Amino acid sequence: MTIAKDSSSLPDGRSLLTLPRLKEARVLSVTDHRAGDVIARRLRELGFVPGELVRVVAQGPLGGDPLLVQVGFTRFALRRAEAERVQVEPLP
Amino acid sequence: MSASTATLRIALVGNPNCGKTALFNRLTGSRQKVANYAGVTVERKEGRFADGNGRVVQVLDLPGTYSLAATSPDEAITRDVCLGRVAGEPKPDLLVCVVDATNLRLHLRFVLEVQRLGLPMLLALNCTDLAEKRGIRIDHDRLQAGLGIPVVETVAVRSGGTQALVRRLGQTLPPASKALPEGADLHAAVNHLLADAVQMPRRTAEIDDRIDRVLLHPVWGLAILAVVMFLMFQAVFSWAEPLMGGIETLVGWAGQGVGALLPEGVLKSLLVDGILAGIGGVVVFLPQILILFLFILALEESGYLPRAAFLLDRFMVGAGLTGRSFIPLLSSFACAVPGIMATRSIQDPRERLATILVAPLMTCSARLPIYALLIAAFIPSRTVWGLFNLQGLVLFALYVAGIVSALAVASVMKWWRRSKLEHALLLELPSYRLPNLNDLALGLWERAMIFLRRVGGIILALTVILWALSSFPTPPEGATGPAIDYSFAGRLGHALQWLFAPIGFNWQICIALIPGLAAREVAVSALATVYALSATDDAAADLLAPIVSAQWSLPTALSLLAWYVFAPQCISTLAAIRRETLSWRIVAIAAGYLFALAYLASFLTYRLALAFA
Ligand SMILES: Nc1nc2c(ncn2[C@@H]2O[C@H](COP(=O)(O)OP(=O)(O)OP(=O)(O)O)[C@@H](O)[C@H]2O)c(=O)[nH]1
Ligand SMILES: [Mg+2]
Repeated sequence: MTIAKDSSSLPDGRSLLTLPRLKEARVLSVTDHRAGDVIARRLRELGFVPGELVRVVAQGPLGGDPLLVQVGFTRFALRRAEAERVQVEPLP
Repeated sequence: MSASTATLRIALVGNPNCGKTALFNRLTGSRQKVANYAGVTVERKEGRFADGNGRVVQVLDLPGTYSLAATSPDEAITRDVCLGRVAGEPKPDLLVCVVDATNLRLHLRFVLEVQRLGLPMLLALNCTDLAEKRGIRIDHDRLQAGLGIPVVETVAVRSGGTQALVRRLGQTLPPASKALPEGADLHAAVNHLLADAVQMPRRTAEIDDRIDRVLLHPVWGLAILAVVMFLMFQAVFSWAEPLMGGIETLVGWAGQGVGALLPEGVLKSLLVDGILAGIGGVVVFLPQILILFLFILALEESGYLPRAAFLLDRFMVGAGLTGRSFIPLLSSFACAVPGIMATRSIQDPRERLATILVAPLMTCSARLPIYALLIAAFIPSRTVWGLFNLQGLVLFALYVAGIVSALAVASVMKWWRRSKLEHALLLELPSYRLPNLNDLALGLWERAMIFLRRVGGIILALTVILWALSSFPTPPEGATGPAIDYSFAGRLGHALQWLFAPIGFNWQICIALIPGLAAREVAVSALATVYALSATDDAAADLLAPIVSAQWSLPTALSLLAWYVFAPQCISTLAAIRRETLSWRIVAIAAGYLFALAYLASFLTYRLALAFA
């Protein structure tokens, strides 16, 4: 359950952090930063699971941090370190 | 049939902000806090009502949680109740899972997780009014069949909106809920349910997207936030003036009436100098407190607060706090006690402690009377830059001083105890809601009652005690000077003066600081009583503000204002810190650093003002 997937091995996989604003993408995986990563676990519970659609809706005023991310029907504010765990594939 | 006589024990569980507390209030007639952001309820609350068959139903309102794998103290409460881990409390007979019908993708996953507990369950499909408005169509029968538990529609904010739920509670208890097998993908199951039973024209409300585009804009968003905060403090001064004038006239008139009716003596002194002067001096500030709360209540219900937290997160992180600290700190503008309790929704213990320690620096509404008194007495009511009221501007500056020092103190704590762990924000931004005018009015009415009860209770009691201490013992035969100089309080005030003279406080202020420990507003009523008693002529019904402005120097007034930015003296706040941290050491640290800062700030203010005046 806590096996980290290496995003570089996935087709077109990249971190949510690099997704341009308002660009639709699909979640590929959530990477654990350490064994039993609580934050990664919570992200999955909130709906960041493979196949789910996500979009960056807004960025914070200072250094683009935090990000406002739409997943499912809900918007969450994520700091960059949290968003970095989410690997996505932009939709064409 | 025997079940109809025994009490039915139900618990409301669900994701944050789905309307559990609104339902709880509607069911039990309680008035627990409801607001439009995640993490409002942070403790378990119990209530009861009788269902149609006369059976008593005991209802538990619990903090919202995204999952039973709790990550913060409030979530742990819900987990423990659901798992029956609370000592002396058996598991509930029935879990009422509440979901927001406009947020099913997230909320149904938790329902499926809770089903694994194997307790009897019921689904309350709440906010169906909002779902309807957005054109979301939910097939009741299919959802019920898919979940395998009874489903009832509710609208927690409408009277009669819980009828279906109450009716279902009156029927036989549903069987223990079945669950998906261990290891099954709950997300996939939710998507399957949604595809089967729900039609949704759009994933989000269009209006939310539009408003967010402006309010979360990196430049406009911050500008609007600043304007909103600024307006709030301007309004506290400019809108309240006519109302305050009315109350002042009434109090003065009552003082003269009673004064004329009663003969000279102890009773007259108690009523006019003690109670009317003291209580009247505090009641005058009711309009300002209500205006402040009008803003706070409207902001809480609108859904704007988490947005403000989003905009400010980076600034707060820089100071060792987090965006999550924002809402507890904002609540502290009302009173630090609920603010300190609200920190339970902060996951990281270090961030939580930092928030608790700086919460008393937020200017609580009990300090408003003191600020307002001194500002009205010493700051001219002028319009500056053709737009702003100077008094409102000074008030704003005092609030800002509190905020800035909170950030500074938090930064110092960050250096002192660095946290190696990484901490998440993960903050949900809810849909915008238009505050309901009835609810606002009711909320203000409650606030007014709380304030008046304080005035009639603790403030009245302390005022009478202070009057007694300031009147007795009576001066010896042939004494000159005001009688108060010979009383207990007078002597105590003079004795304390060596400590406070360096920061410009006179002995009257020293006396007022002591009862102010129990309730900050009492500092004002105490000053009123002390001055009323020291008045040699019979101008007792005089208002406090003109007396103060005639007798104090500007440096003294500024020094007292600076003192109250930090004002460590509030026993309920210290008790709340003890309750939430279970540590006397932290209480001592909080009281110590606040006192030191208050003294230092007053000293600097006084000396600088003396040098420049
Ligand atoms: N329109 C509408 N609004 C609702 C309904 N139920 C709740 N609300 C609003 O939803 C928001 C959240 O309500 P709460 O009762 O505080 O939610 P909660 O589940 O107790 O939240 P937490 O205590 O944070 O877990 C408030 O703004 C309510 O006014 C409903 O049926 N219809
Ligand atoms: Mg609640």
